Amino acid sequence: MPKKTYRQAINEALRQEMERDPRVILMGEDVAGGMGSPGEDDAWGGPLGVTKGLMPRFGRERVLDTPITESAFIGAAVGAAATGLRPVAELMFVDFFGVCFDQIFNQAAKFRYMFGGKAKTPVVIRTMYGAGFRAASQHSQCLYPIFTHIPGLKVALPSNAYEAKGLLIQAIRDDDPVIFFEHKAMYDEEAEVPDEPYVIPFGEANLTREGDDVTVVAMGRMVNFANQVADKLAKEKIGVTVVDIRTTSPLDTETILETASETGRVVVVDESHPRCSMASDIAALVAQECFSDLKAPVKMVTAPHAPVPFSPALEDLYIPSPAKIEAAVREVLAFKG
Amino acid sequence: MQLSREELIHAYRQMRTIRAFEDRVHEEFAAGNIPGFVHLYAGEEASAVGFCMHLTDVDRIASTHRGHGHCIAKGCDVKAMMAEIFGKKDGLCGGKGGSMHIADLEKGMMGANGIVGGGPPLICGAALTAKTLGTGGVAIAFVGDGGSNQGTTLESYNLAKVWNLPAIFVIEDNGYAESTASSWSVAGSQVGRAAGFGMPGYEVDGHDFFAVHEVAREVIDRARKGGGPSLVHVRFTRYYGHFEGDAMTYRGKDEVPRIAAERDCLKLFRQRVVEAALLEPETLDAIDREVVAYIDRVTNEAKAAPMPTEADLLTDVYVSYH
Repeated sequence: MPKKTYRQAINEALRQEMERDPRVILMGEDVAGGMGSPGEDDAWGGPLGVTKGLMPRFGRERVLDTPITESAFIGAAVGAAATGLRPVAELMFVDFFGVCFDQIFNQAAKFRYMFGGKAKTPVVIRTMYGAGFRAASQHSQCLYPIFTHIPGLKVALPSNAYEAKGLLIQAIRDDDPVIFFEHKAMYDEEAEVPDEPYVIPFGEANLTREGDDVTVVAMGRMVNFANQVADKLAKEKIGVTVVDIRTTSPLDTETILETASETGRVVVVDESHPRCSMASDIAALVAQECFSDLKAPVKMVTAPHAPVPFSPALEDLYIPSPAKIEAAVREVLAFKG
Repeated sequence: MQLSREELIHAYRQMRTIRAFEDRVHEEFAAGNIPGFVHLYAGEEASAVGFCMHLTDVDRIASTHRGHGHCIAKGCDVKAMMAEIFGKKDGLCGGKGGSMHIADLEKGMMGANGIVGGGPPLICGAALTAKTLGTGGVAIAFVGDGGSNQGTTLESYNLAKVWNLPAIFVIEDNGYAESTASSWSVAGSQVGRAAGFGMPGYEVDGHDFFAVHEVAREVIDRARKGGGPSLVHVRFTRYYGHFEGDAMTYRGKDEVPRIAAERDCLKLFRQRVVEAALLEPETLDAIDREVVAYIDRVTNEAKAAPMPTEADLLTDVYVSYH
């Protein structure tokens, strides 16, 4: 099977869905780039080149560069979705949600319910998240728990290139608004990705490792860190199950609870802040639903309750690391009730 | 352009229906029969009807929290609207939206909106759909004078212009954003703002249906023909408070009764068509009686209709739950 980067997988998903369905359009800041400029067209293809080549293929009518006005164009994507298009809007960094959140959480998320089931808003908002780029406090956040909190939104976090293609195609075909989180540190990571289109259904977690001793529930880039830890500990005959939840909304509670009950020892890894996070949410779920199966308290590994720092020396301390995950796994294993 | 007899009757009936609807909601709210917040459009009818008479179901509008008039003018079912405002299961939105979120997408009515300035970006999207799919449709954002100051509105002017969208921004200026006068809160002028974005801008007396209808025709025609967005500043008066229960202590003494006596859109319409011998007073009187009886009937039916039940609480959060 061909190997492709996370970036290529996302580009391919967009291209194939645009070929399949003329209602799929892209919009965002510099998704082509060079609009109105004297130099090259398709100058950028998105700030990190993810949408490169799509404008020359589909034209300016379907790949729309926007002014830097997130409220207007995210709102336009929502309005276009409610009236018959299937827009994929790019919110360059998720940190910019502060200037367009109304259009997402008060408009897109609520249309279906408020309008008595008569609205469909099939919009996808692709957005970059995560630390590790020395991009400091306003370009490095995770924030997916905030979107997960809102009924009416679906939230996907692909953990590798294969996942990215399948989850993005599902997002585009889905009739509900989907926030699609792409980790900026993963765009160059490769995985085997089929050439043909395929979908990965939402709300179905994936067991990337299976073991009997500890369950690690993770999402996005943290799945890879968890896998590294599982592989390392396997050499010590410690069995770690890694659950890639894939989507935080809908959440596959069944798989989480089943694996938690099987091992009785649970670590939740979440790159976001700890309060009101996916980690605290999943820890509460496990504590509430399978308390009697637990052999140790649930352990959370998260970023701290602090903005993302700039200095490499500080950012490296900030991000949940494989070492921190390993320590948490060893801690729950060592717990004697 | 001269309107036909049928068009004149339609316009009057629509405006009268909105007035009767709002007057009845006012009464029912005061009697404690309506839950939540309601914001009434009485006094502003010429704007909704003057614009929406040029539209069909392929055209889209987005409204404000003061949305009943736009709904009626865009063809929403009046009985289902009343049931919605009473929170009933067979309301236009199944009782889940209420007055502030009343909508009917099939009619091109994209919703009243609880968020001031929520509509203009959505209308850019609806206009983009019309342009991309070549439907020939236009999209109109009705925005209050308060909403005209929101960044979303100003950003939308920019986007509509740079994308050359078939979008129209109707600034409905009733003089007050809640209790704050638009003469104080709006810097510059609405028409000047339009000019700043390179859009044609118009100011029109919103008490005068014929003036609104004429300007609406021009801007809608322009948008349909690919001529891009326009802005219309409609000035008029609301007869009731910002919300029902507002004592309106910020308003001038006798302000509402004076304007209602001198500049009421229904009275001006009647005066004009009767003087020009286009419609007879008896015809208009008959419409008045029919509309009041109709609103009475739909209100009684709405009151008698069943409430939603627990089975409805969690439906329609998503299209699909996986």
